[in-house]
Amino acid sequence: MTGMLGYSALVLALGTAVYGAVASVVAVRREMPGLAASGRNAALVVFVLATVAVAAMEYALLTNDFSVSYAAQVGSRATPRFITVISLWAALEGSILFWFWVLALYTALVAWLYRNKHREQLPYVLATMLATASFFLIVLLGPSNPFHRVWPVPADGPGPNPLLQNHPLMAVHPPAQYLGYVGFTVPFAFAVAALITGRTDAWWVHAVRRWTLAAWIFLTISIVAGGWWAYEVLGWGGYWGWDPVENASLMPWLTATAFLHSVMVQERREMLRGWNVSLIVSTFVLTILGTFLTRSGVLSSVHAFSNSLIGPLFLGFVAVVLLFSTALLLWRTPLLKKTGSLDSVLSREAAFLVANLLFVVLTFTVLLGTLFPLVAEAAWGVKVSVGAPFFNQMTVPFLAGVVFLMGVGPALPWRRTSGRGLLVRFATPALMGTVLGVVAALLRAHGFWPLLTIALAGFAATVMGREVWKGVGVGVSRGLGPGRALARLVTGNRRRYGGYVVHTGVLVIAVAVAASWNFKHEVEATVAPGRSVDVAGYTLQLDQLYGQQQPYRFSVVGDVSLWRNGAPVGRLDPKLNYYPTRQEPVPTPSVRTSPTEDVFLDLLAFEQDGSSATFKVVVTPMIMWLWVGAYIMVLGTLIAVWPARKKKLARAIVREETEVVA
Amino acid sequence: MSWRRIVVLVAVLVFVALLGFGLTRDPSLIASPLVGAPAPDFRLEQLDGGPTVGLQNLRGQVVVVNFWASWCLACKEEHPALVRAWQRYKGEHVRMVGIVYQDTPENARKYLKEHGGGWTQLVDPKSRVAINFGVYGVPETFFIGPAGVVAQKHIGPVTDSILSTQIDSLLMEVGEGS
Repeated sequence: MTGMLGYSALVLALGTAVYGAVASVVAVRREMPGLAASGRNAALVVFVLATVAVAAMEYALLTNDFSVSYAAQVGSRATPRFITVISLWAALEGSILFWFWVLALYTALVAWLYRNKHREQLPYVLATMLATASFFLIVLLGPSNPFHRVWPVPADGPGPNPLLQNHPLMAVHPPAQYLGYVGFTVPFAFAVAALITGRTDAWWVHAVRRWTLAAWIFLTISIVAGGWWAYEVLGWGGYWGWDPVENASLMPWLTATAFLHSVMVQERREMLRGWNVSLIVSTFVLTILGTFLTRSGVLSSVHAFSNSLIGPLFLGFVAVVLLFSTALLLWRTPLLKKTGSLDSVLSREAAFLVANLLFVVLTFTVLLGTLFPLVAEAAWGVKVSVGAPFFNQMTVPFLAGVVFLMGVGPALPWRRTSGRGLLVRFATPALMGTVLGVVAALLRAHGFWPLLTIALAGFAATVMGREVWKGVGVGVSRGLGPGRALARLVTGNRRRYGGYVVHTGVLVIAVAVAASWNFKHEVEATVAPGRSVDVAGYTLQLDQLYGQQQPYRFSVVGDVSLWRNGAPVGRLDPKLNYYPTRQEPVPTPSVRTSPTEDVFLDLLAFEQDGSSATFKVVVTPMIMWLWVGAYIMVLGTLIAVWPARKKKLARAIVREETEVVA
Repeated sequence: MSWRRIVVLVAVLVFVALLGFGLTRDPSLIASPLVGAPAPDFRLEQLDGGPTVGLQNLRGQVVVVNFWASWCLACKEEHPALVRAWQRYKGEHVRMVGIVYQDTPENARKYLKEHGGGWTQLVDPKSRVAINFGVYGVPETFFIGPAGVVAQKHIGPVTDSILSTQIDSLLMEVGEGS
């Protein structure tokens, strides 16, 4: 019954989506406002139907209705309720259903919010989004149908993948990933509308700024949460491994980051029209390409869940999107010709341009490394694997360049400045950066790139700090208290200061990456109960080793006390979990976090008689600041997207224009 | 159409064709002519400088040859399973042999110090042995029976169940032979 309801909702949704897309295009071509309204309503109906389908699936999961194929695949009676709820995205079919629901949500929001705006363009926006939704519906109704009827109905199911059951971050990482990935459909659809209608000026850039920022911050959250999850669950003590799926989420993030910066140049200087359109098209293509690469089994990845027909369907979609957007771009090239020009290389727009180039080069590097195994096999018939050394070597210099530009950009005015003024501006920040680098070296950090990154982060932070300081100073000189002056400054130009806050988060992450990547201690040891092992100033003593039966799994727990300089600082309890449906145990590492460093303990193996256990201990500096940096980025994004009153925004722009040469 | 447009369109088509080609491949399935054939012999130096080890001298035991590198993420993933297998089969007629693939001895030693494992580790300068075994990438694991015949080849990270299934079935051959 539930399965029938869900499937019917999806069938109706496909009909409605196709109708909505066609109706919207016809309406705008023949100038039929009534039909355009009908297209908008179709978008709303698709969302309602998508919600019915998702609700049916959740109902099937929660009531253990194993006649529904997806519930039979990932459900089990013993699974805790919360995990059952989030099992919606624990396997392929459910994630595609969820993807479609998020897309329907975005489409409905766009249809509703712009019901009285952009009359010429909105139908094309909706048509693009509904066409994309139709593709996902075809996948859902065909090869990846989650509502397949199972007969005879099994008595119980296997439960979701234990790796996903193991950590609460599984409730955060996938939804954020989909909200981010799917969110880029909105700016893509606006770009398509801009190209079709020939309105390639800044209107669409204004319209999509918040949507892009929202998708971008969701993707940011997802990338960080994914790293955090990997760190706490996967048992190798790291958070980033250049796995194809990590690269797949990094690439659109890079192009979207580039876009967020280059749109400012288009808004102010009417430059980069074609560039911006291309960036957002690339971002969307990369989200679909990433899904294709990692889900179809083309590249081996921890995330691959293979399915014979999904691959060709996604490939077809990638091909259609690529050809359609390339053809659109080529057709509209005359409209995308250069409109403004660069006055000076010593200007903020030049800094944005260089940053853009860095982001695009980074994207290409990651794409090359990810696809190289495929190219090598196609061209020379050999299998190769591209490992972390390639990515680290190729990307670190560019990332350091990005950190440097975060310091240069804010100090440069729009249009132009003099070289002399620049030297004066950069003297103090450069000094501060050097001091920070020296301090880091005294704290026994070493190596060229880590120290350079730390010094550059100090430089960039000082530049931003001084900008804020100057702004607050102006307010104070007008008789405001420092707190009021700061609030006035930030609310006066939310985009700018929100951006600074985001940059601060990035700097925190950059330093944390430099420290954690280069200065960690890893040791593996086999100890008997009562014995201890010393690592990097810590002593870990195995107090006891015991088994623990839980309803849905059996765990072997190592009870370990942690000491530092002879004083107890905490307990760790790494586990090896045995699930009835899996042969291999799944580890749950135990981590003690502190602002300076993390102690990560993973139970690798144990003797059956309890006489000894093998542990892996990793002591990594500054890990916590990765997550803190992400929180700061979220805060900054919230500041930047918060609606400012129109007048204030205009004033802020005028003010910035007048401070050309400060 | 100008030539520039044609170039762009051709590039897009080539890219799509490349992806299509990828679809026809299964990255974890590569037929090996070695399976069922005698394993290529080797004599290599140990990573820790101990006496050389030759495959010939290991006859009569189940030999698990694992190609790995410290830069390889999938190797880290499979390492705990190898550690568990090594502990489980320690007293039996099973010999685990790691062969370091395209890596520096220092990095390999550091990796082992961090991740553990006390089975035999060999260095393979210029990847001669890896080439003889037809290794495409790491990790790859070969299960060799007591008569020196390759029984199975596994590409990608091994798991507890793969290791125990393969080793247990080959151990029966050891029993039959004696």
